[in-house]
Amino acid sequence: MEALIALAIGTLTGCGVYLLLRARTYPVVLGLTLLSYGVNLFLFATGRLVVGQPPVVSGATSYADPLPQALVLTAIVIGFAMTAFVIMLSLRARQEFGNDHVDGTPQQGDAS
Amino acid sequence: MTAHLAIAPILLPFVGGALLLALGRLSLPAQRAVALVCVLAQIGAALGVLAAVSGGDILVYRLGDWPAPWGIVLVADRLSACMLLTTTLLALWALIYAGNGIDGQGRHFHVLFQLQLFGLAGAFLTGDLFNLFVFFEILLIASYGLALHGGGKVRTRAGLHYVVMNLAGSTVFLFAAGLIYASLGSLNLADLAAKAAALAPERLGLARAGGLLLLAVFALKAALLPLHLWLPAAYSGTSAPVAALFAIMTKVGIYAILRCHTLLFGDDAGALAHLFAPWLLPLALATIVIGTLGALAADSLGRLAGYLMLVSVGTLVTGISLGTQGIAAALYYLPHSTFAAALLFLLADSIKRRRLLRGDGLLPDADMARHALWGGLFFAAAVAAAGLPPLSGFLGKFLILRAAPDQPWVWTVILLAALLAVVALARAGSQVFFNSLPATDAAATLRQQAKPDADVMATAVPPPDAANAAATGAGLPDSSGSARELLAVDALLGLILALTLFAGPAFDFANATAQQLTEPARYIHAVLGGKP
Repeated sequence: MEALIALAIGTLTGCGVYLLLRARTYPVVLGLTLLSYGVNLFLFATGRLVVGQPPVVSGATSYADPLPQALVLTAIVIGFAMTAFVIMLSLRARQEFGNDHVDGTPQQGDAS
Repeated sequence: MTAHLAIAPILLPFVGGALLLALGRLSLPAQRAVALVCVLAQIGAALGVLAAVSGGDILVYRLGDWPAPWGIVLVADRLSACMLLTTTLLALWALIYAGNGIDGQGRHFHVLFQLQLFGLAGAFLTGDLFNLFVFFEILLIASYGLALHGGGKVRTRAGLHYVVMNLAGSTVFLFAAGLIYASLGSLNLADLAAKAAALAPERLGLARAGGLLLLAVFALKAALLPLHLWLPAAYSGTSAPVAALFAIMTKVGIYAILRCHTLLFGDDAGALAHLFAPWLLPLALATIVIGTLGALAADSLGRLAGYLMLVSVGTLVTGISLGTQGIAAALYYLPHSTFAAALLFLLADSIKRRRLLRGDGLLPDADMARHALWGGLFFAAAVAAAGLPPLSGFLGKFLILRAAPDQPWVWTVILLAALLAVVALARAGSQVFFNSLPATDAAATLRQQAKPDADVMATAVPPPDAANAAATGAGLPDSSGSARELLAVDALLGLILALTLFAGPAFDFANATAQQLTEPARYIHAVLGGKP
C-alpha cells in the first residue's frame, strides 16, 4: 500500500508541477489543482497508513491518527476557494488580454 | 479583560471586516470612518499587548481552553507585539491615504483591508504551525483582492503571477507541515521545539526536508532570492495604499523565518540546530545585490520602490543571520524599513497623479504643481530609504554592521548597496524634479498621446483613460484627498523621525526581544507548562 500511495502522490505532484510551468492559464489552473490533490493525499499519509481502525482512541491499542484528517479537511476547503479564485482571475485575464497566455502576450510559435 | 488581551488584535479586524461587509451599502465616507475606528482600536490592542509583554512575560491564549499541545494556542511575546504595532501603525496611514479616492475604485476595499489585517495579526500571534498556514491563506486571499483592486491590465498581469506563485507556495507549505508532523509528531511550535532535540535519527532526513521546505515558503513570502521575481511587478502594479500595506507582507515571511530560526531550529534543537543558518547569509547578500541592480535599472518610481524593498529584505535577513546582536539590529531596522518602503510607494503615487505626461516614469515632464513640497518630501524619503544619516535607517544599518565585525562580505555588500541606492534615488529625483520640459512641449506631447499609445499606457494606471484624466486634471484628488495624501506621507516621515529620536528606548526593546528569542526555553515553558 505504501508504494501505491507514494506512486499516486508522486504522479499527481509531478503532473501538477509540469502543468504549472505551462504558458497558458488553463493548464496552470489544472496544475494547481493536481498539486493540491497530491498534497492532500500526502497529508493523509503523514499520520501513517492504517486500515480499519477507529480514528479516536476508545480503549483500542491501535488507531488511525485523526489529526491529518482534520488538516486535509481544512486544506481541501482552502484549496477549493483558491481554485475558484484563480479560475475567475484567469477568465478576467482572458477577457482583458484577449488571449489566455499567462503574460498576456503570446509569443510566435508558442505551442500548447 | 486582560485574559483575552492576546486574541483582541485578531478579533478586532475580523469583526470590523464582517461589519463593513454587512454594512456594504454605507456611503464611502461612512465606510472610511468605520474602518478608521477599527484600525484605531487595533492600535490600542497592539499597545495593550505591548505593555503586557514588555516586561518579559509571554501571554498564552488557549483557544477553547484546550490544553497545549492538543489545542491551538495564541502566543504573544515581545516579537509578536512589536510586529503587531508596526502593522497597525502602517495600516492607519495606508488607510488614510486610501481615502483620497482609491478606495472607491472597486468594491469592498475596506472589507478586504480589515481581513488582511486579520490575517496579519493571526500570523504574528499564532503558536501553531498549521494555524500559521491558515492565517497565511487568510492574509493572502485578502491580498489577492487588494492587489487587483481598481483593475487594469498591468494589475491583472502582475496579480495573476502573484496569485499563482503564492498558491504554489501554499502547497509547498502544506508539504512542509506534513513532513514536520510526520517526523516530529506535533504541530505546536513550542512542542516541536521541545521534541526536536530528541528526534530519532532515522527521521532526521524527513524533518530536515520539512524544515528546509518551510524556509523555501517563508523565503517566497519574504521575496528572498531566488524567489523574489514576483515582488517588483506586483507591488509597483497595485494601488499605492495597498503597496504600502504590503510593505509589511514581506515582513511576515521574515517574522516566520526568525521565529523558526530561533525557536524550532535554535541552539537546543539537537541535530536540527541551525538548520536555516547556512542559507540565510548568502541568500540575503545575493538579494541585496539583485535588489540594488534592479533599483539602478528601474524605469519608474514604483519599480524603484519595489527593488529597494528587496534590498531592505536582504538587509533584514543579513541581520537575522548574525546572531543575537544582529537580530536586535534587524528588529530595530524592521519598523524603519517598513515605514520607509511604504513612504516611497505613497510618494510615487502622489507624484504620479500630479505629473502631466509620464506618471511615475523616470522621464522628463512638465513641472508639477507644488514642485518644491513634493521634491522635499521625496528627498526626505530617499534619505530614509537609502539609510543615510540622520534618519533611523542609518542607525539600523550601522547596528547590523556592528554585529558583523569580522565579515568583510557583509560590510562590502551593505555599504556598496547603500551607495548605489543613493545613486538610483538621486537619478530618479533629478529626472522627476529637475529635468522638466517647457509647458508648450508638454502640451504638444499630450495632444499626441490623445491617440492610444501603448508605451505610455503601460505605465499608467488605470490605463483606459489615463491620458484623458491627466489632461483634464481628473487624475488629481480633490483638496481633502490631497490633504489626506500629505497627512499620510508626513505621518510616516514622522514615525521614522520618532524612531530616530527615540532610538535608545527602541533599540533597548529590540535588544530585549532578541534576548527573549535566543532563550526558547521560556517560550516552551509558557506554552506547555512543566519545568522551566
